Amino acid sequence: MSQLSRNARAARFLVAPSVLLLLAWMTVPLAMTLYYSTVNFNLTIPGLRNFVGFENYIFFFTDPSFFAGMSNTLVLVGSTLLITVVLGTLIAVLIDSPFPGRSLVRILLISPFFIMPTVNALIWKNLLMNPVSGFFAFLSKTFGMTPIDWFTDVPMLAIILIVSWQWLPFAILILMTAMQSLDQEQLEAARMDGAGPVAIFRHITLPHLARPLAVVVMIETIFLLSIFAEIFTTTGGGPGTQTTNLAYLIYSQALLQYDVGMASAGGIVAVVLANIVAIFLIRIVGKSLAGE
Amino acid sequence: MKLHTEKVVKLTLVTIVSWLVAALIFFPIFWMILTSFKTELNAFSSPPSLFFWPTLENYFVVFERSDYLRYAFNSVVISFVSSILAMFIGIPAAYSMAFFPTKRTQGVLLWMLSTKMLPPVGVLVPIYLLARDASLLDTRTGLVIIYTLINLPIVIWMIYTYFKDVPKDILEACRMDGASLWQEIRHVLVPITMGGLSSTFLLSLILSWNEAFWSLNLTASQAAPLTALIASYSSPEGLFWAKLSAASTLAVAPILVFGWISQKQLVRGLTFGAVK
Repeated sequence: MSQLSRNARAARFLVAPSVLLLLAWMTVPLAMTLYYSTVNFNLTIPGLRNFVGFENYIFFFTDPSFFAGMSNTLVLVGSTLLITVVLGTLIAVLIDSPFPGRSLVRILLISPFFIMPTVNALIWKNLLMNPVSGFFAFLSKTFGMTPIDWFTDVPMLAIILIVSWQWLPFAILILMTAMQSLDQEQLEAARMDGAGPVAIFRHITLPHLARPLAVVVMIETIFLLSIFAEIFTTTGGGPGTQTTNLAYLIYSQALLQYDVGMASAGGIVAVVLANIVAIFLIRIVGKSLAGE
Repeated sequence: MKLHTEKVVKLTLVTIVSWLVAALIFFPIFWMILTSFKTELNAFSSPPSLFFWPTLENYFVVFERSDYLRYAFNSVVISFVSSILAMFIGIPAAYSMAFFPTKRTQGVLLWMLSTKMLPPVGVLVPIYLLARDASLLDTRTGLVIIYTLINLPIVIWMIYTYFKDVPKDILEACRMDGASLWQEIRHVLVPITMGGLSSTFLLSLILSWNEAFWSLNLTASQAAPLTALIASYSSPEGLFWAKLSAASTLAVAPILVFGWISQKQLVRGLTFGAVK
């Protein structure tokens, strides 16, 4: 047998370790969650594991904090997407053509993405948003306004700002890169024909960015559905349930109230929700894979 | 002539607006670094002091009192070991799929991607219980296993796109010369794609360093990385802003530099090759 086909045969097996590991990682815990979601299982009551069918799901869906968690999740994901995608597109277009110091501007713009979520949350909560000594309070006072008590009066807005600051650079980074593959000749031709900047943006830039934008929206959605550390370190889901999203709700049911059954039912709901988005994302990625 | 002035005005405007936006977005980081050199009294003063005598005291205190080095050591070990492991498992897989694709390869790639989309809360309970039963709670090994697995799909995807760019002739030539599989990967493929492999490694490092769901839920004190140390500042007593800023600056500085270095290549990994 030639070296060639021997290598080819051996190479096929090289993918096996990854497949087996990921298969185990995906199926074992998920199967366990599925099982836990159908039994009465509380960490404080050892030995208790009787089958209860859909009871956990019914409890989860009828719990008033479920509605809060669900709507907070949608508000958080929706607002953050809107802010990051709109501003991200504008900024990516703004810095597309060369100007003095462009590479430094790029570095400054994408930096927040590399800040760990716990640092991000605590710097904003204390240094910027503190109603007495924070920088925003100082700004308000300078302009003769009463400082906002962010985490008491508008806790959700505070979380949205913190999370948007982290994800805006992601949108900028992706869209900025996508802008570079824009056909310069086509742009030049449009300008020659007398197209204004708005017309160019509307008819050339935006269609060119359609796929990158879709990718940004979906990847952000998947990560934003699971926002946890920013809430954990600032509000702990409060006041009341005002900033409790689905991820935080499940965490608190599992590790604060030890109700494994109900938390698992919630976990399955979160998985289903994420999968709805994931299907669309995978379809887009699959298209670009096939198009190579 | 008129066209020329118009261009100059436009360039000036773009420059000014871009710099303003960049300054605005970077401001929280700048403010954090500035605060880390203030005394606690100064850090808390209102209006904030812009001109002050810088002090390194906070850094000393952070090092001495909070056991900073232990947390930093955990972060370094966990993120480096998990990234190295992911590379070792991922490179052969990417090689196989890029150069010896079968009918199923595309499906396998997309399926790997889908594992990345599983929300962590969906498996929080079983992973917590499995880790507890295996005595892996609050251990570096526990986090290394999880980080390797959650970064593996991204690592494979990113390397796959780099391998796809390698001309097949080069590899075939070296196979003709009778190189074994290992020699082919080790001496030909890895050197050619070194740039791409390093960016992949850096992305995995950045993601592990900043990961804050599993680190907060699965560690207490022994294996807690920097994300958890910073989180412990969320319920402190007394004046702590300057110390929080110093600890934060230390925690984000190395990763920020890595991010700057690899910014252009990260897009591939972050979008699974859908945007290059």
